[in-house]
Amino acid sequence: MKVRILVRLKPGVLDPQGRAVHHSLEGNGFDGVSEVRIGKLIEMDVAEGTSDETLQAMCEQLLANTVIEDFAIERIEQEPA
Amino acid sequence: MALRAAVITFPGSNCDRDMAAALEAVFEAPPLSVWHGDADLPDRLDFIALPGGFSYGDYLRCGAMAAKSPIMRAIVAAARRGVPVLGVCNGFQVLCESGLLPGVLMRNASQRFICRTVPLEVTSTSSLFTSAFSMGETLRIPVAHHDGNYFADEATLDTLEAEGRVAFRYGEPCNGSQRDIAGVLSTDGRVLGMMPHPERAMEAAAHPAMGGADGRRIFESVISALVAA
Repeated sequence: MKVRILVRLKPGVLDPQGRAVHHSLEGNGFDGVSEVRIGKLIEMDVAEGTSDETLQAMCEQLLANTVIEDFAIERIEQEPA
Repeated sequence: MALRAAVITFPGSNCDRDMAAALEAVFEAPPLSVWHGDADLPDRLDFIALPGGFSYGDYLRCGAMAAKSPIMRAIVAAARRGVPVLGVCNGFQVLCESGLLPGVLMRNASQRFICRTVPLEVTSTSSLFTSAFSMGETLRIPVAHHDGNYFADEATLDTLEAEGRVAFRYGEPCNGSQRDIAGVLSTDGRVLGMMPHPERAMEAAAHPAMGGADGRRIFESVISALVAA
Protein backbone atom coordinates (compact mmCIF):
# COMPACT_ATOMS: atom_id res chain seq x y z
CA MET A 1 0.00 0.00 0.00
CA LYS A 2 1.29 3.42 -0.87
CA VAL A 3 1.03 6.25 1.63
CA ARG A 4 1.83 9.87 1.09
CA ILE A 5 2.73 12.08 4.03
CA LEU A 6 2.63 15.81 3.58
CA VAL A 7 4.67 17.70 6.19
CA ARG A 8 4.12 21.44 6.34
CA LEU A 9 5.29 24.26 8.59
CA LYS A 10 2.53 25.37 10.92
CA PRO A 11 0.85 28.67 10.10
CA GLY A 12 2.74 31.51 11.72
CA VAL A 13 6.11 29.72 11.72
CA LEU A 14 8.54 31.81 9.70
CA ASP A 15 9.75 30.07 6.54
CA PRO A 16 12.92 31.83 5.37
CA GLN A 17 13.37 29.28 2.60
CA GLY A 18 9.89 29.98 1.24
CA ARG A 19 10.56 33.69 1.43
CA ALA A 20 13.81 33.35 -0.50
CA VAL A 21 12.09 31.28 -3.18
CA HIS A 22 9.28 33.83 -3.35
CA HIS A 23 11.84 36.54 -3.86
CA SER A 24 13.50 34.53 -6.61
CA LEU A 25 10.18 33.95 -8.37
CA GLU A 26 9.60 37.71 -8.38
CA GLY A 27 13.13 38.23 -9.66
CA ASN A 28 12.26 35.92 -12.55
CA GLY A 29 9.26 38.05 -13.44
CA PHE A 30 6.52 35.93 -11.86
CA ASP A 31 4.40 38.49 -10.03
CA GLY A 32 1.07 37.86 -8.38
CA VAL A 33 2.52 35.37 -5.91
CA SER A 34 1.61 36.52 -2.43
CA GLU A 35 3.31 33.81 -0.36
CA VAL A 36 5.51 30.73 -0.77
CA ARG A 37 5.82 28.07 1.91
CA ILE A 38 7.90 24.96 1.52
CA GLY A 39 7.13 21.56 3.01
CA LYS A 40 8.08 17.93 2.47
CA LEU A 41 6.40 15.08 0.68
CA ILE A 42 7.24 11.61 2.00
CA GLU A 43 6.06 8.59 -0.01
CA MET A 44 6.14 5.18 1.62
CA ASP A 45 5.30 1.63 0.68
CA VAL A 46 3.81 0.05 3.78
CA ALA A 47 2.33 -3.36 4.56
CA GLU A 48 -1.36 -3.80 3.71
CA GLY A 49 -3.42 -3.25 6.79
CA THR A 50 -1.03 -0.76 8.42
CA SER A 51 -3.30 1.06 10.84
CA ASP A 52 -4.02 4.78 10.98
CA GLU A 53 -2.61 4.75 14.51
CA THR A 54 0.71 3.36 13.29
CA LEU A 55 0.96 5.93 10.51
CA GLN A 56 0.06 8.66 12.98
CA ALA A 57 2.78 7.43 15.37
CA MET A 58 5.38 7.41 12.57
CA CYS A 59 4.59 11.05 11.86
CA GLU A 60 4.54 12.15 15.49
CA GLN A 61 7.69 10.29 16.51
CA LEU A 62 9.92 10.88 13.51
CA LEU A 63 8.57 12.19 10.23
CA ALA A 64 7.33 15.53 11.54
CA ASN A 65 8.40 17.75 14.43
CA THR A 66 5.04 18.85 15.81
CA VAL A 67 6.59 21.88 17.50
CA ILE A 68 6.77 23.52 14.09
CA GLU A 69 5.15 21.15 11.60
CA ASP A 70 1.70 19.79 10.76
CA PHE A 71 1.29 16.58 8.80
CA ALA A 72 -1.39 15.01 6.64
CA ILE A 73 -1.61 11.30 5.83
CA GLU A 74 -3.02 10.21 2.50
CA ARG A 75 -3.54 6.58 1.51
CA ILE A 76 -3.11 6.07 -2.23
CA GLU A 77 -5.41 3.53 -3.87
CA GLN A 78 -3.46 0.95 -5.88
CA GLU A 79 -4.18 1.06 -9.54
CA PRO A 80 -5.94 -2.11 -10.74
CA ALA A 81 -3.50 -4.49 -12.44
CA MET B 1 39.39 15.12 40.67
CA ALA B 2 39.21 13.46 37.29
CA LEU B 3 35.75 13.32 35.79
CA ARG B 4 34.55 10.29 33.83
CA ALA B 5 33.00 11.70 30.68
CA ALA B 6 31.74 10.30 27.39
CA VAL B 7 31.60 11.92 23.96
CA ILE B 8 28.99 10.45 21.63
CA THR B 9 29.85 10.09 17.96
CA PHE B 10 27.09 9.87 15.37
CA PRO B 11 27.74 9.24 11.69
CA GLY B 12 28.45 12.79 10.53
CA SER B 13 29.64 14.21 13.86
CA ASN B 14 32.71 16.33 13.20
CA CYS B 15 33.43 18.12 16.48
CA ASP B 16 33.77 14.97 18.58
CA ARG B 17 37.56 15.09 18.67
CA ASP B 18 37.57 18.80 19.55
CA MET B 19 35.09 18.07 22.33
CA ALA B 20 37.22 15.18 23.59
CA ALA B 21 40.35 17.37 23.63
CA ALA B 22 38.48 20.10 25.52
CA LEU B 23 37.10 17.67 28.10
CA GLU B 24 40.48 16.02 28.59
CA ALA B 25 42.10 19.41 29.18
CA VAL B 26 39.66 20.34 31.93
CA PHE B 27 38.46 17.02 33.37
CA GLU B 28 42.03 15.59 33.72
CA ALA B 29 41.13 12.31 31.99
CA PRO B 30 40.48 11.43 28.37
CA PRO B 31 36.73 10.99 27.83
CA LEU B 32 35.34 7.69 26.61
CA SER B 33 34.26 7.60 23.00
CA VAL B 34 30.80 6.10 22.45
CA TRP B 35 29.32 5.13 19.09
CA HIS B 36 25.69 6.00 18.28
CA GLY B 37 24.79 2.37 17.63
CA ASP B 38 25.70 1.24 21.14
CA ALA B 39 22.66 0.47 23.24
CA ASP B 40 24.38 1.12 26.56
CA LEU B 41 26.54 3.85 28.02
CA PRO B 42 29.69 3.11 30.02
CA ASP B 43 28.77 2.92 33.70
CA ARG B 44 29.44 5.59 36.35
CA LEU B 45 29.56 8.51 33.93
CA ASP B 46 29.90 11.99 35.41
CA PHE B 47 29.25 13.83 32.16
CA ILE B 48 27.96 13.21 28.62
CA ALA B 49 28.71 15.44 25.63
CA LEU B 50 26.89 15.45 22.29
CA PRO B 51 29.23 17.14 19.79
CA GLY B 52 28.62 19.32 16.77
CA GLY B 53 28.52 18.17 13.19
CA PHE B 54 25.96 16.94 10.72
CA SER B 55 24.63 13.67 12.10
CA TYR B 56 23.02 11.59 9.37
CA GLY B 57 23.78 14.39 6.93
CA ASP B 58 21.01 16.48 8.53
CA TYR B 59 18.53 14.23 6.69
CA LEU B 60 14.84 14.83 7.43
CA ARG B 61 15.60 17.52 10.05
CA CYS B 62 18.81 18.40 11.88
CA GLY B 63 19.27 15.93 14.73
CA ALA B 64 16.05 14.03 14.02
CA MET B 65 17.59 10.70 13.08
CA ALA B 66 20.33 10.87 15.73
CA ALA B 67 17.66 11.53 18.35
CA LYS B 68 16.19 8.09 17.53
CA SER B 69 19.50 6.20 17.58
CA PRO B 70 20.01 3.39 20.15
CA ILE B 71 22.43 5.37 22.32
CA MET B 72 19.95 8.22 22.73
CA ARG B 73 17.54 6.00 24.66
CA ALA B 74 20.35 5.36 27.15
CA ILE B 75 21.20 9.08 27.25
CA VAL B 76 17.61 10.08 27.93
CA ALA B 77 17.53 7.55 30.79
CA ALA B 78 20.87 8.84 32.16
CA ALA B 79 19.68 12.45 31.95
CA ARG B 80 16.53 11.52 33.87
CA ARG B 81 18.83 10.10 36.59
CA GLY B 82 20.61 13.47 36.70
CA VAL B 83 23.80 12.78 34.72
CA PRO B 84 24.81 16.17 33.25
CA VAL B 85 24.48 16.34 29.46
CA LEU B 86 25.91 19.05 27.20
CA GLY B 87 24.83 19.28 23.56
CA VAL B 88 26.70 21.72 21.34
CA CYS B 89 25.41 22.82 17.92
CA ASN B 90 24.23 19.57 16.30
CA GLY B 91 24.20 18.15 19.84
CA PHE B 92 21.71 20.89 20.81
CA GLN B 93 19.57 19.96 17.82
CA VAL B 94 19.66 16.29 18.87
CA LEU B 95 18.64 17.19 22.45
CA CYS B 96 15.64 19.16 21.16
CA GLU B 97 14.59 16.37 18.80
CA SER B 98 14.96 13.80 21.60
CA GLY B 99 12.59 15.75 23.83
CA LEU B 100 15.21 16.38 26.55
CA LEU B 101 14.96 20.09 25.74
CA PRO B 102 11.94 22.02 24.45
CA GLY B 103 11.77 23.80 21.10
CA VAL B 104 13.57 23.23 17.84
CA LEU B 105 16.45 24.74 15.83
CA MET B 106 15.31 25.97 12.44
CA ARG B 107 17.20 27.25 9.40
CA ASN B 108 18.92 30.60 10.14
CA ALA B 109 16.60 33.49 9.29
CA SER B 110 19.24 34.83 6.89
CA GLN B 111 19.36 31.42 5.11
CA ARG B 112 23.13 31.71 5.43
CA PHE B 113 25.67 29.57 7.26
CA ILE B 114 27.06 31.73 10.08
CA CYS B 115 30.64 31.22 11.17
CA ARG B 116 32.02 33.86 13.52
CA THR B 117 32.73 34.64 17.15
CA VAL B 118 29.70 36.15 18.86
CA PRO B 119 29.13 37.93 22.16
CA LEU B 120 27.13 35.70 24.46
CA GLU B 121 25.30 37.04 27.49
CA VAL B 122 25.01 34.78 30.54
CA THR B 123 21.33 34.88 31.53
CA SER B 124 21.16 32.15 34.15
CA THR B 125 23.72 31.27 36.79
CA SER B 126 21.77 28.57 38.62
CA SER B 127 23.02 25.61 36.55
CA LEU B 128 26.24 23.67 36.97
CA PHE B 129 27.30 24.89 33.52
CA THR B 130 26.91 28.57 34.41
CA SER B 131 27.33 28.84 38.19
CA ALA B 132 30.90 30.13 37.78
CA PHE B 133 29.68 33.20 35.86
CA SER B 134 28.05 36.45 36.91
CA MET B 135 24.61 37.29 35.64
CA GLY B 136 24.79 39.47 32.52
CA GLU B 137 28.46 38.72 31.91
CA THR B 138 29.44 38.65 28.24
CA LEU B 139 31.47 35.76 26.82
CA ARG B 140 32.96 35.48 23.36
CA ILE B 141 32.43 32.09 21.77
CA PRO B 142 32.35 31.03 18.11
CA VAL B 143 29.25 29.84 16.28
CA ALA B 144 29.30 27.80 13.08
CA HIS B 145 25.87 26.67 11.94
CA HIS B 146 23.19 26.82 9.29
CA ASP B 147 20.32 25.78 11.56
CA GLY B 148 20.56 27.63 14.85
CA ASN B 149 17.37 29.63 14.79
CA TYR B 150 15.73 28.65 18.08
CA PHE B 151 11.96 28.36 17.95
CA ALA B 152 9.38 27.47 20.57
CA ASP B 153 5.83 28.70 21.13
CA GLU B 154 5.29 31.83 23.24
CA ALA B 155 4.10 29.88 26.29
CA THR B 156 7.22 27.70 26.25
CA LEU B 157 9.48 30.75 25.86
CA ASP B 158 7.74 32.45 28.81
CA THR B 159 8.21 29.32 30.92
CA LEU B 160 11.91 29.07 30.00
CA GLU B 161 12.47 32.68 31.03
CA ALA B 162 10.42 32.44 34.21
CA GLU B 163 12.28 29.30 35.31
CA GLY B 164 15.74 30.74 34.54
CA ARG B 165 16.32 28.15 31.82
CA VAL B 166 17.69 30.48 29.16
CA ALA B 167 21.40 29.96 29.84
CA PHE B 168 22.77 32.27 27.14
CA ARG B 169 21.51 34.92 24.75
CA TYR B 170 23.27 36.33 21.70
CA GLY B 171 24.56 39.81 22.45
CA GLU B 172 23.96 40.86 18.85
CA PRO B 173 21.58 39.68 16.11
CA CYS B 174 22.76 36.25 14.98
CA ASN B 175 20.44 33.70 13.44
CA GLY B 176 16.90 34.89 14.07
CA SER B 177 16.43 32.90 17.30
CA GLN B 178 13.32 33.74 19.29
CA ARG B 179 14.30 36.20 22.05
CA ASP B 180 17.97 35.80 20.97
CA ILE B 181 18.17 32.46 22.78
CA ALA B 182 21.54 30.73 22.30
CA GLY B 183 21.43 28.11 25.07
CA VAL B 184 18.62 26.31 26.91
CA LEU B 185 18.55 24.29 30.15
CA SER B 186 16.34 21.38 31.18
CA THR B 187 13.93 21.72 34.11
CA ASP B 188 16.54 20.38 36.54
CA GLY B 189 19.32 22.50 34.97
CA ARG B 190 21.48 19.43 34.26
CA VAL B 191 20.99 19.31 30.49
CA LEU B 192 22.32 22.25 28.45
CA GLY B 193 21.97 22.72 24.72
CA MET B 194 23.82 25.61 23.07
CA MET B 195 24.63 26.58 19.50
CA PRO B 196 28.01 28.29 20.18
CA HIS B 197 31.04 26.02 20.50
CA PRO B 198 32.74 26.30 23.91
CA GLU B 199 35.19 23.56 22.89
CA ARG B 200 36.54 25.98 20.28
CA ALA B 201 37.32 28.66 22.87
CA MET B 202 39.78 26.87 25.14
CA GLU B 203 42.83 29.08 25.26
CA ALA B 204 43.81 32.70 24.86
CA ALA B 205 45.30 33.60 21.50
CA ALA B 206 47.92 36.17 20.65
CA HIS B 207 45.22 38.46 19.27
CA PRO B 208 41.83 38.72 20.98
CA ALA B 209 40.01 38.44 17.64
CA MET B 210 41.57 35.04 17.10
CA GLY B 211 40.11 33.27 20.08
CA GLY B 212 39.81 33.19 23.81
CA ALA B 213 39.27 30.89 26.73
CA ASP B 214 35.65 31.74 27.61
CA GLY B 215 34.47 28.30 26.50
CA ARG B 216 36.88 26.64 28.89
CA ARG B 217 35.16 28.44 31.76
CA ILE B 218 31.92 26.55 31.01
CA PHE B 219 33.71 23.22 31.48
CA GLU B 220 35.49 24.57 34.56
CA SER B 221 32.11 25.63 35.95
CA VAL B 222 30.92 22.04 35.54
CA ILE B 223 33.88 20.61 37.37
CA SER B 224 33.65 23.03 40.29
CA ALA B 225 29.90 22.44 40.60
CA LEU B 226 30.35 18.65 40.55
CA VAL B 227 33.23 18.71 43.01
CA ALA B 228 31.31 20.98 45.38
CA ALA B 229 28.24 18.72 45.22
